[in-house]
Amino acid sequence: MSPAGYIAAALLVPAAGAAGIALAGRWPNLREGVTLATAALLFACVLGLLPTVLGGSLPQLFVLEMLPGIALGFRVEPLGMLFALVASGLWIVNSVYSIGYMRGNDEPHQTRFYVCFALALAATMGIAFSANLLTLFLFYEMLTLVTWPLVTHHGDDEARKGGRVYLGVLLGTSIVLLLPAVIVTWVVAGTLEFTPGGILGGKTSSAALGALLALYMFGVGKAALMPMHRWLPAAMVAPTPVSALLHAVAVVKAGVFAVVKIIVYVFGTGTLAATSASDWLPTVAGFTIIAASVVALRADNLKRRLAYSTVSQLSYVVLAVAILAPLSVIGAALHVAAHAVGKITLFFAAGAIYTAAHKTEVSQLDGIGRRMPWTLGAFAIGALSMIGLPPAAGFVSKWYMLSGALQAEHWVAVAVIAGSTLLNAAYFAPIVYRGFLRAPAGPAHGEAPLPMVIALVATAGATLALFFFPQVPLALAGALQGG
Amino acid sequence: MIAAHLPALAVVVPLAAAPLIVLVRHAGAAWALAVAAAWFSFGASLALAAQVADAGVVSYAMGNWPPPWGIEYRVDALSAFVVVLVSAIGAAVAPYALKSVAAEVPGELRYLYYAMHCLCLAGLLGMAMTGDAFNLFVFMEVASLAMYVLIALGRDRRALLASYQYLLLGTIGATFYVIGVGVLYLQTGTLNIADMAARLPAVAGGRPAPAALAFITAGMSLKLALFPLHLWLPNAYAYAPSAATAFLAATATKVSVYVLLRFHFSVFGESAVTALLPMPEILIALSIAAIVTASLVAVWQADFKRLLAYSSVAQIGYITLGIGLATRDGLTAAVVHLFNHGITKGALFLLAGGIVLRAGGARFENLRGLGRSMPLTALGITLAGLSLIGVPGTAGFISKWYLVLGAIEAGMWWLAALVVLTSLIAVVYVWRFVEAAYLSEPGEAAPRPGEAPMPMLVVSWLMVAACLWFGFDTSFTVGGASRAAQLLLGGAP
Repeated sequence: MSPAGYIAAALLVPAAGAAGIALAGRWPNLREGVTLATAALLFACVLGLLPTVLGGSLPQLFVLEMLPGIALGFRVEPLGMLFALVASGLWIVNSVYSIGYMRGNDEPHQTRFYVCFALALAATMGIAFSANLLTLFLFYEMLTLVTWPLVTHHGDDEARKGGRVYLGVLLGTSIVLLLPAVIVTWVVAGTLEFTPGGILGGKTSSAALGALLALYMFGVGKAALMPMHRWLPAAMVAPTPVSALLHAVAVVKAGVFAVVKIIVYVFGTGTLAATSASDWLPTVAGFTIIAASVVALRADNLKRRLAYSTVSQLSYVVLAVAILAPLSVIGAALHVAAHAVGKITLFFAAGAIYTAAHKTEVSQLDGIGRRMPWTLGAFAIGALSMIGLPPAAGFVSKWYMLSGALQAEHWVAVAVIAGSTLLNAAYFAPIVYRGFLRAPAGPAHGEAPLPMVIALVATAGATLALFFFPQVPLALAGALQGG
Repeated sequence: MIAAHLPALAVVVPLAAAPLIVLVRHAGAAWALAVAAAWFSFGASLALAAQVADAGVVSYAMGNWPPPWGIEYRVDALSAFVVVLVSAIGAAVAPYALKSVAAEVPGELRYLYYAMHCLCLAGLLGMAMTGDAFNLFVFMEVASLAMYVLIALGRDRRALLASYQYLLLGTIGATFYVIGVGVLYLQTGTLNIADMAARLPAVAGGRPAPAALAFITAGMSLKLALFPLHLWLPNAYAYAPSAATAFLAATATKVSVYVLLRFHFSVFGESAVTALLPMPEILIALSIAAIVTASLVAVWQADFKRLLAYSSVAQIGYITLGIGLATRDGLTAAVVHLFNHGITKGALFLLAGGIVLRAGGARFENLRGLGRSMPLTALGITLAGLSLIGVPGTAGFISKWYLVLGAIEAGMWWLAALVVLTSLIAVVYVWRFVEAAYLSEPGEAAPRPGEAPMPMLVVSWLMVAACLWFGFDTSFTVGGASRAAQLLLGGAP
């Protein structure tokens, strides 16, 4: 198959899968079979693109001209390749986990759940492969809308409230800030194509560039830059597999992915470095990192703590790319993958604990590791990655970020990274400590259903594997800035 | 041979079908005649649009009397665009009406519905095609009288009151229009619109010409329900039979917008009159008031059809806002939204008609749990609702894109901000439906499981599909609208 064929397949396979899942709704085993087959097929399609992208070329697919001069088009560049690989690969694991979780907890509306999941992946692929801002925006909004039924899955008042915040913040920011930013870019630059070196260089003043950057950075609400982060904790009312794949990987990574793409391909790191337009961004990102960590430190609800940890980790990516140093941009790209595998492991563990022990608060977790050693072991590896210690993937990305910050002599960033590392340790270490070293209380129970344990061990393994074999992500991250 | 007479045939066929239907009286035969006439008009309109795309302007002399003495039908890029919209909606609603009208209109009156449908269609198409200002008034009255009857056929007794309100206000609007035209006739000595435009600059100096513009603007603002002259609309839309609501909402106000555009730009555009009256400022101010007020009022409605009606008032505000900008992109936004909102609201009212049929009403308590009981209807309303918000991938997004683009290019940043902020209110009222349909347990007033009859559902979903299609393939809508905008601003067609 031609590279363009692989792109089309990557978009159509999950969409067709969604239809298949809906049709198979009456036969749960067949339905889950369709989900797994779709996930595997999608990963194969994405993998089919990898040799071409690693070979240095950019596969393209032009669909039609949506507006005069603006196409619905796709182009796979290294960062999009990395994002698509991570999202589609983890979808397979997450589907295995979902089967255990949804059946283990007797969740209602399971067909709708799997249909929306497949559609969310289709939207994610669209975002990853988008060739211009309009295509990105189209799939970005689609992702918000198809994940809303997943957030409000339980249909109760809490879900309704969470759904309103989710939709309000994400649609609000994208309609009020991101859309005008895209239109202004069109007016100023006359194009919306993602172009190495950016499209805005020399087109407008430094102050206007700064204002436009602010529209973009806060307009991409999925990147959860404070104060646009409230949707992420609100989304935690969703079943845990949703929090794990969508609100630790696909949706939030779509946000930071868009941020990196906008800075690298719309503004251009060179253009921003030459002006003072982006000087404020590291400060805002740094503030988000520290403030979210402090909130996480105080949160007793495990998923809430993880959500704020995500807010903080997302801003690492924004901070790293905002420093504009080549090494830190590599770090930003790597962190998209590193945080994904680590955080999905943590959520998997949280969901496993909920399913097996019905515990949701950190203070209830005394001795949980003695009853669920695999789960808490995986959790510990995920936590290591969040803190940024070897031998976990988070160490590699943080190393590059810190090197970039030092290279650029950006001392604020260095201080933020150092400080937040301590904070990360402060809110993850007690969980592991409680779980393994305190005596368990309450009725005895074992591990969660087998599919869930398999899934969380697999992602924990991936977190370690990315430390020892970071070649592919590193090659893609390096290619992001043209070799 | 037939091709040369398309402008006349598209109007005459439905016009002749109406009395035929009254003679036949049998509801089924009446329906078949109405469908045939509507589809003929649709076909003729498409052929006509193709002719216009080739030739630029199609001029047809009624009864072979040459213009400016005889009545000229003059179809340019703008009229062709409106004609396609109107006839497409007419062709879609006619087959839909069979089951819907059977459920909502008493047996002995059903033939009347179909006769009025044809008459209204003929009137609206005539308004969009005629090149004669007085002939336009005649067609306006034909369409309006048919509408009053259509609304009065609603089964709720309040439909009579709504029809009466509309009759009073509509008549005032038409009278204002004809006064304006009369003044222009006295000044220029012609009723042919193109001729009038050519002669107007010579007489633009005095008071009468601005007075004529003011009369025509006020009259048409009533007809197109520009805030605060919209008071007839919510009741009319809420109490009319569902099929009539869908037809009127998607076409009637849109054709009035067309007339406003025609006079503001084609007639007065190049004369000095516009400099005497701050028309753009007035339009922008009223549009903003319409958008903000009507959107907020829509949020609090207890009846879904009324909610959609108030949303229409707000959406008309977006159209007139584009007219007020009076730039290439602003006018493109206005014309493209005329079409996009037409199909969006058409889809929504058609689907709402299905709910009325199944649940006996479309109040919010009827909508609870709709995602379960009528899944296709609920999904269709959700998708068309996204178009109402202007989510990318839907027709509504294209309109919003051009409106924001027009505001930014005009340097009116605050206006661009206002457009995007107010679309958040649309999110709120659309999501009221979504939460009722998907997150609420069905109550006593909810319909028992089962979709609307198949023909209604198919037509509704074709309209929903159009909302999505025109969000991606915009060559017809944006192409047509930007040609129309260029034409209105005095460029080559």
